[in-house]
Amino acid sequence: MEKELNAVKKAEEFIQLFKKGEEFTKELLKENERLRYRIAQLEEALARSGDEARIKLYEERIAALEEELNSLKERYARVEAENKDFAEKYVEIEQENNNLANLYVASYQLHSTLDFDEVLKIVLEIIINLIGAEKFAIFLINEKTNEIEPVAAEGVSLYELPRFNFGEGIIGKVAKEGESYFASDISRQEEFNASRPIVCIPLKIKEHVIGIIVIYSLLVQKKEFTNVDYELFNLLAGHAATAIFSSKLYTQSERKLTTIQSFLELLKEKPRR
Amino acid sequence: MPTILVVEDSPTMRQLISFAMKRVQNSRVIEATDGVDALKKLSQEKVDLILADINMPVMDGLKLLSLLKSNPSYKDIPVIMITTEGAEEDRKKALSIGANAYLTKPIQTQELIKLVNEFVNK
Repeated sequence: MEKELNAVKKAEEFIQLFKKGEEFTKELLKENERLRYRIAQLEEALARSGDEARIKLYEERIAALEEELNSLKERYARVEAENKDFAEKYVEIEQENNNLANLYVASYQLHSTLDFDEVLKIVLEIIINLIGAEKFAIFLINEKTNEIEPVAAEGVSLYELPRFNFGEGIIGKVAKEGESYFASDISRQEEFNASRPIVCIPLKIKEHVIGIIVIYSLLVQKKEFTNVDYELFNLLAGHAATAIFSSKLYTQSERKLTTIQSFLELLKEKPRR
Repeated sequence: MPTILVVEDSPTMRQLISFAMKRVQNSRVIEATDGVDALKKLSQEKVDLILADINMPVMDGLKLLSLLKSNPSYKDIPVIMITTEGAEEDRKKALSIGANAYLTKPIQTQELIKLVNEFVNK
C-alpha cells in the first residue's frame, strides 16, 4: 500500500514536472517566436537602412556625375566656340591669302614689262579677269591740251569714247579732284552712255593724276564689289599709274633713240656717196 | 603627282591659276597659251586635269574641248572651262561638248581649288 502511495506520489510529481516542462517548453517556444519576430524586424530595419544608404550613395554619385557632365558640357561648348572661332579665322585667312595672291599677281604683271601697249593690255586683263568688268576704258590726261583721252578699252570701241575736259562731268571731276567715284547703282544699264560710268579710279603718282580707269558695266555674273576689288582698285590707282607712266616714258625714249640712231646711220652713210 | 594643264592666253590669269594650284596637294602645273599649244603639251606629257579658257587666239577653248573629247587618248581627261561668259547658253554649250565643269571670271580661288581637288582626288 505504501508502495502504491509512493508510486502515485511519484507519478503526480512526474506529471507536475512534465507540466512544468510543458509550460517551460511553451514559454521557450513563445520566446523563440518573439525573438524570431524581432530578428525579422531587425533584418527588415537593417535592409531598409542599407537601401537608404545605397540610395544616398547613388544620389551622391549622380550629383557628382551631373557635375562632371556639366563641366564636360561647358568644356565642349568652349572647345566648340574655339573651333568655330578657328574655322572663321581659317576662312578669313584663306580669303586674305587669295586676296594677296590676286594683288601679288596684279602687281607682278604690272611691273613685268616696260612696253606701253603691253602695260595697257595688262591693266585691261587685270580689270576683266580679277575685277570682272565688262565695259571699261583707260583714259590718260593729255598734259598739252589738258584733255582726258581714251587710250585702251574693252567691251566698247575706242571710237565710241569721247574726250573729256578736265573738271567736266564725272570723269573730268575725278581727274581734277583725284578722288575715286563709285556709283550708288552698279546694275547694268540698257544703253551705253560714255559719260555715266559706275566706277572711276584716278591713276595717281603721288597726288598727280595722270589718267583714269573708267568702268561702265560689270560681267553678268558679277553683282557687287568685294573687299579685294577695292584693294585692287587701290593697287591699280598707284601701281598702274607708275607702270603706265614709266612705260610711256620708256617707249617714248626708245622711239627717240631709234630716230637718233637712224639719223646717225644716215649721217654715216652720206660721206660714202 | 597629278599634272594640271592650264590653258589661258592671259599671263595674269595663267599666273593666278598656277599660284592657286600650288595649294592643291602634290600637284604640278604646266601652262599653255592657246589650244594648239595645249595639244602640243598634251603630246609631250601625261596630264590629269585641264583648266581651259574659252576665249583664246589661234584655237579657242571650245574647239580644243571638242578635239579632246573626240580623241580616245584624251577623252577621259577631265576639263574645267574658265570663261568671262556668264550666260547659261555658253555654259550649256561647253557642258554639252563634254566639259566636266564650268567656272566664270572673276574666278573665286577657293571655289577653283575645291573643284580641282574634287577631280584630282577622284
